[in-house]
Amino acid sequence: MGDDAREKGDGEDLPADEAALSARFKRLGERLGRVHADRPSESSSDQRPAADPSAIARGFRLSTEFVAGVVVGAAIGWLLDRWLGISPWGMIVFLLLGFAAGVLNVMRAAGVVASNTLDPPGSKQ
Amino acid sequence: MDPIHQFEIKNFFPIVHIGGVEIAFTNSALFMLIALALILALMLGATRSRALVPGRLQAVAEMSYEFVADTLRSSAGPEGMKFFPLVFSIFMFILVLNVIGIIPYAFTVTSHIIITVAFALLVFLTVMIYGFWRHGLRFLKLFVPSGIPIYILPLVTAIEVLSFFSRPVSHSVRLFANMLAGHITLKVFGGFVVMLAGFGFLGWLGAALPLALTTVLTALELLVALLQAYVFAILSCIYLNDAVHPGH
Repeated sequence: MGDDAREKGDGEDLPADEAALSARFKRLGERLGRVHADRPSESSSDQRPAADPSAIARGFRLSTEFVAGVVVGAAIGWLLDRWLGISPWGMIVFLLLGFAAGVLNVMRAAGVVASNTLDPPGSKQ
Repeated sequence: MDPIHQFEIKNFFPIVHIGGVEIAFTNSALFMLIALALILALMLGATRSRALVPGRLQAVAEMSYEFVADTLRSSAGPEGMKFFPLVFSIFMFILVLNVIGIIPYAFTVTSHIIITVAFALLVFLTVMIYGFWRHGLRFLKLFVPSGIPIYILPLVTAIEVLSFFSRPVSHSVRLFANMLAGHITLKVFGGFVVMLAGFGFLGWLGAALPLALTTVLTALELLVALLQAYVFAILSCIYLNDAVHPGH
């Protein structure tokens, strides 16, 4: 501390500036550390991010999710019909399943049901 | 005038012949290389100075890094960060390809479904392979939700499997259809301007309307280009989350 007094005598404001700067760096480092420490606790819960910044994108996303389910169901049904010769049962069953999968996709995309847990909260084992 | 003409693939020169199929260097490949060069220039230029207070270029690179890292961390958790190179590459590549596509006379690579399917399958196969490698058969618990009565379990599992396999379809079609539809719309309204302008003075007045609309649509297209790259990246993150933690 004797140093400080001496520096004040001749060095004037430069060391004081540096001390202030290093103090600010330290504070910044602490704050950054806090922010980074917060992250895992925030993200460890399985929350969905706000994936839909605009209504157009949201609408388009929902429609493609639904159509994709139906299309995949129809494709699998058609292939099964061809390979196993069970026409039209593969198409009927898988089109219906695809419809259900499409609805499930839409509900998931809209955040109505959580990902991969169809059970209501509380009934989970 | 043909609104589809812009999506035509042109062969510039053949590279190799594999099994009688000619693999040629196309305009699509050219624009992919341009996008790659732009991304490389951005990243190398941005990391050259390594300033504490970032310059303009460095700020762009840091923002894109932070953005993708935050997205991935919030949807796949800290463990998902091992997929950061994949997601960041996909995001930057699609973003730059989309934005280049808006420039007149440029080719929009992402308006071809084969490209977007390749991206979607890359993510899909990464999820499958990593999931099975990391969790073994426990990865299949993804398809068996817990707490379901045994008599409807087969039905629910079938629906879950179908839902899983529909992912790459919706993932790829969304990007492809957005880019295709947007560019066709732009071209059609641009065509109206030229056609109306051919009708003399009144035509010039009438052409002002589609011209204004084209201007607005271009801005919208820019938004769509950014948004679709973002949506593609965030869905990749959500799907990769299943590979990291299957069956909560």
